[in-house]
Amino acid sequence: MKYAAKRLLTLILTMLVVSFLAFAAFSLISGNAAEIMLGTQATPERVAALEHELGLDRPLLVRYGAWLAGFFTGDLGVSYSYRQPVWELIGPKTAVTLWLSLLSFLLIVLVSIPLGVVCARYAGGALDGAHTAFNQFCMAVPSFFTGILLSWLFGIVLHWFTPGAFPGLARFGSAVKYLLFAAVAIAIPRIAMTVRMLRSTILSEMQKDYVRTAISRGNDRSGVLVRHVLKNALVPVVTFLAQTMAEIVAGSIVVEQVFGIPGLGRMLVVSIANRDYPVVQAIVVILAFWVVLSGTAADLINGRIDPRLRLGGET
Amino acid sequence: MKKNPYLTAGCLLAGLLAAMIVLGFFWTPYDPTAMSAEKFLSPSLRHLMGTDNFGRDIFSRVMEGAGTTLLIAVATVAIGLAGGILIGALTGYFGGLADEILMRLGDVLTAFPSILLALVIISLVGPGKTYNVVLSLGLVFIPSFARVTRTAYAAVREANYVKIAQLMGVPKARILLVHILPNTASTLLPAITIGFNNAVLAEASMSYLGIGVTPPDASLGYMLSEAQGMFTRAPWYALCTGLVIVLLVFGVGLIGEGLQRRSGEVI
Repeated sequence: MKYAAKRLLTLILTMLVVSFLAFAAFSLISGNAAEIMLGTQATPERVAALEHELGLDRPLLVRYGAWLAGFFTGDLGVSYSYRQPVWELIGPKTAVTLWLSLLSFLLIVLVSIPLGVVCARYAGGALDGAHTAFNQFCMAVPSFFTGILLSWLFGIVLHWFTPGAFPGLARFGSAVKYLLFAAVAIAIPRIAMTVRMLRSTILSEMQKDYVRTAISRGNDRSGVLVRHVLKNALVPVVTFLAQTMAEIVAGSIVVEQVFGIPGLGRMLVVSIANRDYPVVQAIVVILAFWVVLSGTAADLINGRIDPRLRLGGET
Repeated sequence: MKKNPYLTAGCLLAGLLAAMIVLGFFWTPYDPTAMSAEKFLSPSLRHLMGTDNFGRDIFSRVMEGAGTTLLIAVATVAIGLAGGILIGALTGYFGGLADEILMRLGDVLTAFPSILLALVIISLVGPGKTYNVVLSLGLVFIPSFARVTRTAYAAVREANYVKIAQLMGVPKARILLVHILPNTASTLLPAITIGFNNAVLAEASMSYLGIGVTPPDASLGYMLSEAQGMFTRAPWYALCTGLVIVLLVFGVGLIGEGLQRRSGEVI
């Protein structure tokens, strides 16, 4: 219990620090936000009036407090370029990105864990070198290039989906089908990394005494691997998968662009180009919370898998 | 020395591409920006990678674009490495409170995907400029290099050769840079190859998104976003451009794999 409480406290502190840093950084450069919004109509009086209206004439900490309170009540300010509440803009897009990330994560877990175990079982064999090279190759293909190829092959040649025409989450079945292709593009390089990581974790675990004992008592290698080793190799893998969760979000920023998926990543890119700081700031903080949350989730899961971690020991 | 096929293959592949790119700084078969009436030609001996919608020779454009990508990646790694070695060496060697604080900060920063951090920084300094791409990516790579360096320095802090150097009164800066630094090569070199690849992929992603390198400069990522629009007319444009990125990253990745195997870090 103490372990979980400590983790959650760290989580809240990290979230506060990260969101404050993002807020401070964006406040620093968007100091002339009112001028940007008024454009050519900016006179000193109008700028001052708009700054007062937006609350930009208040001290930084006060504004941060107000913004943070707004973050949790759904009031994230008004977009500069759309003149629309930020939350209305990004709310539906958050759902799309969430589904895309979940699909990618499922793909990664379902493919890489069995594959990693098989690779570890047959490590050192004839195919091992070829597999390592293939793995490096998969890591070398940028996900947006895979995306371009997939949307060409399945979209234009095979007509399985129409690239650029995302059906929307209301039509859930076809939306998932559409997102699946993007998820594959995101997943391929991460699957390669996860397999590689799992393989080396299992192999270093296999050299331990308890494995030798288990095998010397007449158990076969595959059985020992699945029943004993996998459990012990799980802790670093869970940590790695949490990092993967963060990487998926980064991957989705680019892949959403390839497939024309109206998600957070695309919104982020458009807003960066438009210098629409309230939107950029909101999305950055949402993505940052996502990253920090998955890290904490991994810590909590690992605490359940390996009780030693809960006692504060480092492994 | 033991046979290391990864290192050999990687050096061959990356070396070949590097030679092509360096050649591109001085000479390209055609002027990369010269338009002609020969639009959408498929690859042939005259145009190795065909031509695009303006009749420009894609091979020449790829050579030029890959040059930009390579320069950005090298500059990025140089910034990350210089900052990382400085911070990592000092914190690893001296330890103490500054070490604790900087490494906690590094933990938080490295938890974030580098492309996300780079996007945040580039939105702060202004998107669409090549030097800002280098700046943002370089800054993002400092924490990971700092951590690798710190671990290597902390490991030898109590080593005999360091203690003897201290007893002989060798200045600290000399111990850090002349005595210890060469011994960290086996951990730093693979880290450099990984950093280089991340830089190439991150730059390509950012330019693909239109907030990295923008015209008139060309980079592979920007060219891919251009090529995607004409994929049905000229699939070779996207294929060739993408393939150059893939082969470059693959080659350097193999070098990294080979280096790690040589130092026995991979089973």
